[in-house]
Amino acid sequence: MSETDAIPEFKGRAGAGGDVGITNMSALTSGPGIKSVREVLAILLVAVIIIGGTELLLNIFQVPQYVLPKPSEIAVALVTEFPLIAPHLGHTLVELFAGFAIGATVGLILAGVITQFPFAEKIVTPYILLLVTTPMLALVPLLILRFGFGYEPRIIAVALAAGPMVMINAATGFRRVDAGKIALARSYGASTFQIFWKVRAPMALPMIFVGLMVGSIFGLLTAVGAEMVGGGFGLGNRLTSYSSMIQMPQFFAVVLILSILGILIYVTFFLLGKKFASWEA
Amino acid sequence: MTGENTDQPKLRVKNATKVYQTRSGDLLAIDRCSVDIRAGEIVSIVGPSGCGKTTLLWSMSGLHGLTAGEVLLGGKPVTGPNPEIGMVFQEANLLPWRNLDANINFPFEIKGTRPDRVWIDELLNRVGLEGFGGRFPRELSGGMQQRAALVRALSYKPSVLLMDEPFGALDAFTREEMNRLVEEIWLDTPTTIVLITHSIEEAIFLSDRIVVLSSRPGRVANIYDVNFPRPRSLEIMSTKEVFDLTNAIKREIVGKQQSRFAQPAAVQPAAE
Ligand SMILES: Nc1ncnc2c1ncn2[C@@H]1O[C@H](COP(=O)(O)OP(=O)(O)OP(=O)(O)O)[C@@H](O)[C@H]1O
Ligand SMILES: [Mg+2]
Repeated sequence: MSETDAIPEFKGRAGAGGDVGITNMSALTSGPGIKSVREVLAILLVAVIIIGGTELLLNIFQVPQYVLPKPSEIAVALVTEFPLIAPHLGHTLVELFAGFAIGATVGLILAGVITQFPFAEKIVTPYILLLVTTPMLALVPLLILRFGFGYEPRIIAVALAAGPMVMINAATGFRRVDAGKIALARSYGASTFQIFWKVRAPMALPMIFVGLMVGSIFGLLTAVGAEMVGGGFGLGNRLTSYSSMIQMPQFFAVVLILSILGILIYVTFFLLGKKFASWEA
Repeated sequence: MTGENTDQPKLRVKNATKVYQTRSGDLLAIDRCSVDIRAGEIVSIVGPSGCGKTTLLWSMSGLHGLTAGEVLLGGKPVTGPNPEIGMVFQEANLLPWRNLDANINFPFEIKGTRPDRVWIDELLNRVGLEGFGGRFPRELSGGMQQRAALVRALSYKPSVLLMDEPFGALDAFTREEMNRLVEEIWLDTPTTIVLITHSIEEAIFLSDRIVVLSSRPGRVANIYDVNFPRPRSLEIMSTKEVFDLTNAIKREIVGKQQSRFAQPAAVQPAAE
């Protein structure tokens, strides 16, 4: 054995280059992006047809409001009830942001650390999968018992739902080692720390955005679900209370707000991904 | 440099042997390769594909260790990447999330030094990449990427430059331009260059010596001296001497390839 034993061995194929893995970012950025005015008009036209058609059909068949409210009634409810719904929207957003911030931060850090240690990663991965696949909503009654009907159980549930999603995607990103790029950094004498920040992290960025998007959508679902389980505020609470009072237009107004929220989240990460990770798409 | 013994080679490869552990067993890539490279020399390594050229070069750069033998840089064992050494990889290896300028800044960011903009701009000019600083790698052709990689390696003026088929993706014409550029820079600044190439013409045009490796496991089959005056012109390439040398090297490579099955390897090479 020679003195050169100190040099760590590269597992990857020497000189094997190119980008490893599929272009994951395309899942996020190369979706059916809106391009021309004509397309926008077409989309709006479809919306008008669907909404107008629904209105018309509900009128023709005299469908009672408690079965399905007319779009016009939903619109009126949205406008008139909004001052009452707005504080609840605020509560939901607080839960979502707080829970997501905690979950995503922990998820990102864990992903970054764990992928540095392949052995630890192998051990931890099944448990992370367990966290990803377990619906965290199931824990909410337990959390309420422990933390009461305030923000805490909801924030915890959101963090538990979003964190593993962020982590598992980010870890996939960090694992996409390109031996050639890392060798390049090493040839300049890069430290492990520099390799992480200047090679691994940028390479993982597209997957991190995917994780953040999926995680935040899961967070929103969990927040609303948790609000439906218990506690006197939040959009989920509005859903249960409006439906128990058979106030269907108001109920659907809340549903509409939730879908707009979901779309906003998607668009935000879509744009962020386009700005910071478009090199891959 | 002043205190150094001039007889001592800049880069000394002693019995370099490398075994890769692969899923299908041990694979002997290079076997007891020895070569001494003097300071300021240009040495080419040629040999059949898969014979271990890259493996040998990576060992010189300290990017990976040897199973047996050693590499000495200025008399000291190479145990890891060395700031004195510049490396041009077999593929351009640009970072896709950085534009050309940011790619060229990369070594300086890692080393924590300031880039010499004047020098870099001159290099970019000379390889024909001026004005492309804002382009991303995917917007550059394969040949442009390779030239960018060359600029990146030359940008911080390493005293030893290891190049792994740096011009493989270039057309013959641009390739000759790049060869002349390398010779020019080499004449201006004292640099020790080791160059892997598949082009025997390129090897002859640039090198003081040419090392021929046998097919895997790579062994030093022969070392040829190339003694044409510098700066070299393309005219020499059509002389009988070059013609004979080219043929000798070709025969060496092809001959070794044919006898590969007759040579018992020390370690059973894995099936590919
Ligand atoms: N990291 C690795 N793990 C396992 N085997 C490897 C590794 N790197 C190279 N090899 C094997 O070692 C042998 C020599 O490879 P190397 O890349 O050094 O050849 P080369 O002479 O540079 O070839 P080419 O001219 O095609 O670039 C090949 O058979 C290759 O399959
Ligand atoms: Mg090679």
